[in-house]
Amino acid sequence: MIRFDAVSKRFPDGTLAVENFSLTIPSRTTTVLVGSSGSGKTTLLRMINRMVDPTSGSIRIDDDDISTLEPVKLRRSIGYVMQNSGLLPHRTVADNIATVPLLSGVKRAQARAEALTLMDTVGLDRSLADRYPSQLSGGQQQRVGVARGLAIDPNILLMDEPFGAVDPLVRSELQQELLRIQKDLAKTIVFVTHDIDEAFLLGDQVVLLRTGGQIAQVGTPAEILANPADDFVDTFIGADRGRRALRIEEVSGRQVVIDGTGRLAGILKDGAPT
Amino acid sequence: MTWVLANIEQIWDLTLDHIMLSVPPILLGFLLAVPIGWVAHRYRLSRGVLLTVCGLLYTIPSLALIVAMPTVLGTQILNPANLIVTLTIYAVALMVRTATDAFDAVSGDVTQSATAVGFGAWRRFWQVQLPLAGPVLLAGVRVVSTSTVSLVTLGALVGMSGLGYFFTNGYQRNFATEILVGIVGTILIAVVFDVLLVLAGRMLLPWARVDAAARRNARTARTKAVAA
Repeated sequence: MIRFDAVSKRFPDGTLAVENFSLTIPSRTTTVLVGSSGSGKTTLLRMINRMVDPTSGSIRIDDDDISTLEPVKLRRSIGYVMQNSGLLPHRTVADNIATVPLLSGVKRAQARAEALTLMDTVGLDRSLADRYPSQLSGGQQQRVGVARGLAIDPNILLMDEPFGAVDPLVRSELQQELLRIQKDLAKTIVFVTHDIDEAFLLGDQVVLLRTGGQIAQVGTPAEILANPADDFVDTFIGADRGRRALRIEEVSGRQVVIDGTGRLAGILKDGAPT
Repeated sequence: MTWVLANIEQIWDLTLDHIMLSVPPILLGFLLAVPIGWVAHRYRLSRGVLLTVCGLLYTIPSLALIVAMPTVLGTQILNPANLIVTLTIYAVALMVRTATDAFDAVSGDVTQSATAVGFGAWRRFWQVQLPLAGPVLLAGVRVVSTSTVSLVTLGALVGMSGLGYFFTNGYQRNFATEILVGIVGTILIAVVFDVLLVLAGRMLLPWARVDAAARRNARTARTKAVAA
């Protein structure tokens, strides 16, 4: 469990990125922080591994106040995946995945063996192990990034817009892959995105942020969709544009679902999804 | 040609001396310039001062500096240290700006992510920033190496050994062949050093060529896409 308690962050240049933010992030589920730029979502994420220290307030992981933990050690215990993968361009794929184990003193041979296993986990062909990141596609690089994040089998995985820079098709593939991995591993994932669809797809808990880290609404995707807290949320999730307002019509004796723009969205079937 | 064959032993000895006088300034220049460049890169305030001072160092006339060295260092006039220290100063002057640029060129994303996964400052420098600055540093050392090998010839004017001796001696004797041998020998040393540096770069920075190739491919792909 990660707990933010009245956390504020003012940067040296005077901008107040986050003001009086409190939130509990339950263990072994995915929490998505979603908001536009300036919402402080990345700042909040970076506070969890002390890349950014709050100006006031406290953050606890389980029962430890992280301000008492040594930053470098704390970071090695938390997986981190960022946009543009952030891989080390001078190290091979296997070495990149093994970065944190090697830093923590795991033997080379063992670290490499584990890296190869992780390549299977994230759906990368083992033949890529000795390539350099620049020889991979954007999607493959992100997979390496995810594998590196998982390398020390951390309880917590922080993901900062990890799929923001890849094309939509690859993004949707990576999202499905993450859902599959999460089903198996059940990590505490904190995921940052500006894409509400991604948030609803991946999040068990979705935290909608407005400027300055103000929480607009917290809830499951269903709760937020069913009951948007205010106009801001309404606009953000696209409900006001009717994009998510579906209606049923009868066409040649079958019930079809029509979306807000009048296009066919699907066919209505009886019974629970299988 | 007969002169060359007749004097091959002297040519070889002076070549070795030339090499012995060239290597220390190149190495020392590199070892001093890298930390100074890192400081200039890391601390904005120091940058202007350091880069200006190093720029000014380079404007000191080289002959004046060599002549002044015995007084500054308290050495004998023929001590090779005079030349080595002088050339080290030039090497540093040339190299600091490149070293600063080399560290500037390391992507902020990469250093950030290295910090995020748990590199401490010390390991981040040695394992991430320094190797990634490698290609630009190498380019800088290659310039310094060539420039140093050529500057060593100046030592002959103050009685130092090296291939420069053939310039002064050949000039006094009005003997063009000897001067030519000095020039060709100096160029050969510079070329050999350069080749060695490039080979060292390939061994130490195997990823750099892959990276460059990937960037080239991306560029041609873009150009093609635009053309199509």
